[in-house]
Amino acid sequence: MTISAPPSDLAPRLAGLSLAEIAIPNGREEEWRFTPLARLAGLHSLTEAPQSVSFKIDAPAGVEIAEAEATSTFPAADRIAAAAANLSETVLSVTIPAEAVLDKTVLLRINGGAGAAVGRFEVRAGKYSQAEVLLDHTGSGAQAVAGHFIVADGAQLTIVSVHDGDRDHVLAGQHAISLGRDSKVTHVVVTLGGDVVRLVTTVEYTQPGGDAIMSGAFFTDAGQHHEHRLFVDHAVPHCRSDVMYKGVLQGDEAHSVWIGDVLIRGNAVGTSTYEMNRNLLLTDGARADSVPNLEIETGEIEGAGHASTTGRFDEEQIFYLTSRGIPVVEAKRLVVRGFLTEVIDRIPAEDVRQRLLVGVERRLGDSVSLFQDGPDA
Amino acid sequence: MSVLEIKDLHVRVETENGPKEILKGVNLTIRSGETHAIMGPNGSGKSTLAYSIAGHPRYEVTSGSVLLDGVDVLEMSVDERARAGLFLAMQYPVEVPGVSVSNFLRTAVTAVRGEAPKLRDWLKELKGAMSDLSVDPAFAERNVNEGFSGGERKRHEILQLGLLKPKFAVLDETDSGLDVDALKVVSDGVNRTRETGEAGILLITHTTRLLRQIPVDFVHVFVEGRVAAEGGPELAELIDANGYEQYQTVGARD
Repeated sequence: MTISAPPSDLAPRLAGLSLAEIAIPNGREEEWRFTPLARLAGLHSLTEAPQSVSFKIDAPAGVEIAEAEATSTFPAADRIAAAAANLSETVLSVTIPAEAVLDKTVLLRINGGAGAAVGRFEVRAGKYSQAEVLLDHTGSGAQAVAGHFIVADGAQLTIVSVHDGDRDHVLAGQHAISLGRDSKVTHVVVTLGGDVVRLVTTVEYTQPGGDAIMSGAFFTDAGQHHEHRLFVDHAVPHCRSDVMYKGVLQGDEAHSVWIGDVLIRGNAVGTSTYEMNRNLLLTDGARADSVPNLEIETGEIEGAGHASTTGRFDEEQIFYLTSRGIPVVEAKRLVVRGFLTEVIDRIPAEDVRQRLLVGVERRLGDSVSLFQDGPDA
Repeated sequence: MSVLEIKDLHVRVETENGPKEILKGVNLTIRSGETHAIMGPNGSGKSTLAYSIAGHPRYEVTSGSVLLDGVDVLEMSVDERARAGLFLAMQYPVEVPGVSVSNFLRTAVTAVRGEAPKLRDWLKELKGAMSDLSVDPAFAERNVNEGFSGGERKRHEILQLGLLKPKFAVLDETDSGLDVDALKVVSDGVNRTRETGEAGILLITHTTRLLRQIPVDFVHVFVEGRVAAEGGPELAELIDANGYEQYQTVGARD
């Protein structure tokens, strides 16, 4: 079967194009229609190189770190990712040698400063290696980041990406994951901070047997825009993908966007895929857009499904818990934590789990009065 | 010795057609060690009474009072009422996804007792309480009410009754949906609380099924939002034989 049109707006169809060849988005395009372009600090319309993102890296012995001229091709899914890839003069390269089993996390910190910046990095997980990478985004300013993860045959790579910038922070870009034979990636996104976060994650399988566990937890507070877009491209047989994103929203103009595109191409027999997004609205005025897209071009698959739900905080749950003496704040904490449990359980690092829980609780604490259950309220 | 006094309680709810008065002046006094039954047909306002005492936000108290040892509980929030010693075993307790029974129970016990029980003591206490209700130990690791059968939900409610040791417990249709064996287990649990003599119990039911398992001291017949008749256990037998019709006729003439 041949595919005549691009299978998805998120398919990395811009690879190899120069930035000048890619139209500057105006907000009416399908892939940009949810995004507040005016709040991107110009990241979507860059034409020349601004500052460079400064990466701080902390890696255990044996991991090779290099900063080299950017020569390889980045499979860019949108103009911001293309700008990050094309305008970065160098690529920070992290290589986990074949068969290495790291006992310590590779830490990559991006603490943004004022102004726009672009950055590009790649993580190469050698054959049969096992490693965990933590990307920690904090600070302010506006960064466009292109991250390329090349997971070789039999390798197992865990990527945790924490987005916890200041309230004026803008972060946009792409994680492009390429999976070799029988390799496995566990990708976890934790989005708490910033004014705008827009992350596109793409997964391509180059050989059979690849496994992608994609998870995300986000807490979108008043005025914040958190956008997570995924494209999983099942182009070879017997690969698996499991996508689970859960979001909690509260306050006026809190806006989350989740786009989950999964394509099962004609020859991807034996594919197993499931994608799910659940959102919990704590207050009026918050909005969650959730769009799963599943396109199947062969019937010879193991399974394919998707689910998307957005619900309101259940007053009956709060009543039940408080009727047992549990104070309202504690009851809310239990419900929200319970809601996020499935995703929290997928976060391998205890300190990241704690950071998520503390971040969520602090934000819940800010809105206690909204739920104060007065007498006969 | 504690006393719960419900005085001239009027309660309304919002409906599609505007506010509707459900309770039309309820008077009831319960003391520690007493077991009362409220019997009434469906729609008579029995559950409204239960939820109004607990403080569910859907029910608006328009007049009257509920006093616990002289203190007005209507001025308290839902969690304050529970910590003051009130408990409601619900007919349809909700699911709380992702929150385990053991985490929930320990959080509740900590809130009501004012301090966290020592872990070792707590595990022993929980194990004993679960065993008393013939509950499988694996139950503690399941999420609150998630996928529970009707019987499991009721056992979980009575498990909480035993652990929270309230001054006054309202049991809303605790017998509904139980088979004979489960009814026996649940009734035994209520009887253990009753036999301590330290709690006042208000059983809400529309059948006499539960009253054959749990001895009661007083029966109140509840019709159209108020108590229509009161008496001892013999009143329950009368209702079993004749139904509620005679009281409803009286109510309709009002």
